[in-house]
Amino acid sequence: MKNDNRRTYIVAACLLFLLLALMTAIDMALPSYHIAIKVIKKASVYALVAVSMNLLNGFTGLFSLGQAGFMLLGAYAYAIISIPVDKRAGVYQYFDGGLVQFSLPEFFSGFLGDTAGTTVGILLALLLGGIIAAIFAYLIGLPVLRLKSDYLAIATLGFAEILRALFQWKNLGPLTNGSNLLKSYPDFENATSYVILIGLFIAVIVLLVNSSYGRAFKAIRDDEVAAEAMGINLAKHKRLAFVISSFFAGIGGGMLAMYMGTLQALSFKSTMTYEILLVVVIGGIGSITGSVITSFIYIASLEWLLRGLDSGTFLGISAPGIFKNGFRMAVVSIIIMVVVLFFRKGIMGDREFSVSRMLKKMDGLRVRRKKPRASGTAGGDGAND
Amino acid sequence: MAETILSIKDLQVNYGGIEAVKGISFDVPQGSIVTLIGANGAGKSSTLRTVAGLVKPSSGSIRFMGEEITGKGPTDIVKKGITLVPEGRRIFADLSVLENLKIGAYLRKDDIREDLNWVYSLFPRLKERAWQAGGTLSGGEQQMLAVGRALMSRPKLMMMDEPSLGLAPIVVRDIFNIIREINKRGVTILLIEQNANMALQTADFGYVLETGRISLSGSGSALLTNEAVKKAYLGE
Repeated sequence: MKNDNRRTYIVAACLLFLLLALMTAIDMALPSYHIAIKVIKKASVYALVAVSMNLLNGFTGLFSLGQAGFMLLGAYAYAIISIPVDKRAGVYQYFDGGLVQFSLPEFFSGFLGDTAGTTVGILLALLLGGIIAAIFAYLIGLPVLRLKSDYLAIATLGFAEILRALFQWKNLGPLTNGSNLLKSYPDFENATSYVILIGLFIAVIVLLVNSSYGRAFKAIRDDEVAAEAMGINLAKHKRLAFVISSFFAGIGGGMLAMYMGTLQALSFKSTMTYEILLVVVIGGIGSITGSVITSFIYIASLEWLLRGLDSGTFLGISAPGIFKNGFRMAVVSIIIMVVVLFFRKGIMGDREFSVSRMLKKMDGLRVRRKKPRASGTAGGDGAND
Repeated sequence: MAETILSIKDLQVNYGGIEAVKGISFDVPQGSIVTLIGANGAGKSSTLRTVAGLVKPSSGSIRFMGEEITGKGPTDIVKKGITLVPEGRRIFADLSVLENLKIGAYLRKDDIREDLNWVYSLFPRLKERAWQAGGTLSGGEQQMLAVGRALMSRPKLMMMDEPSLGLAPIVVRDIFNIIREINKRGVTILLIEQNANMALQTADFGYVLETGRISLSGSGSALLTNEAVKKAYLGE
């Protein structure tokens, strides 16, 4: 048993190392504007936001549609605090250079050196975005979390839309630049940093889900009354799940702003929430690995692999008459419908990809090949990303 | 008679304008099995839900081990040592049997291994199925899991809401045998049942509830032979 565990860890570590090596190789081989790098960056951001939404919708059973709003908060917090001071006059040209005259990455590069200082500044700015999103979630949660199912969804959706309108309001211009773009804030050049950072955040969520808090969340999802009768404080735990989910959505929003290069409140429409909900549902409600895998498949197909459907040539077939603007979305809709029809519970259901289970399956195959009477092995736990 | 562990005085509970419990008073002696019997809508479940803190009473008082607990929330009440096995079992269907049991001990910070072993020795079937999802268990096994889950909070008073509901007679007998065994370990039991025969045979003391009021009380054996009870609840 102990040996089995150790082997699982070794294989998982090897897989992680391989992934990192692959990422570094991709980063070195391709220029930073290459579509593959873009896809990896955007998909990893979507993976984080989808997992954070899954924590709420899949593990705690709270149907919330406020994700885009919390991402907006994180994105703006990140951008506002990291634009270099000398560029502010240009960015906030209609608002006299804006209210904030301070840049976190610049502040740290002052005494940590350029590379390290900027990295630390970026990380802290992202965290700040997460914290602001979490504070808003706490305040909004006080009234809104009393609502159930669809009502909660409508209230959170409304909150996100109001927030977006508010950020475009002219009178908040000195802070948010109104409906104008925010730009010139720093970004990680390589995709590896995105993958490492998002991997760490998702690992934290995995630890949370497997802790006793995670168990309480799942109990609330399964049966609220019974959970309450067991002494679980419903209001407190729902609020906790909501705040943590929003915290990571805020960080995801900050990273999305980084990836996009320019930031505008208009991008954070409810369509974005629906896109993430789609990833969560197709990946499997209650499956973290499902959300991650689906984010990569979804973003890669949408942004890259199916592009040809819009531009005339797809898979070597040239048919400009059919393959023109908008056809890609029609195909995507059909694929989604087919997936939902054939995988009712999503690609992964509520299961997780687990290294130990994979190893056991491989052992099973090997044993079966040697002698026909294979011993059935029970599915072990211990999800590894 | 032994010391009183739970004492209810003039308890009134209203549900959205309906008076479910109209001022009942009764005592539960420490270490006993007490049963409340009565027809549907007599107010049995409402009484238990109020003691568990899931519903707030409109008036009256509930004292547990001499301490006023009226109007306290379920978290405090579980901490004080009262637990509820809810009607219809209500186990967590997607959680494994072990996770269900751990949720029962959610508020405890000490070592739960001893209690887990006790629950497994009461219900060996749960140990065999520890990794199975709760929803895949049979009705009887789910009832065992619901009882086991409640015991994991190490209660002084365990309240059971219709544990025999929808179970085969042989399983019901098992469950009642285990209720006696749990009681022997010092857990006081407050049981409500429609299966009055089984409940009165097991209980030391019984109360008959009719439309929100207590109409009769007495020892289990006395109520079993009472003409009115026989007619109304035992079908004789």
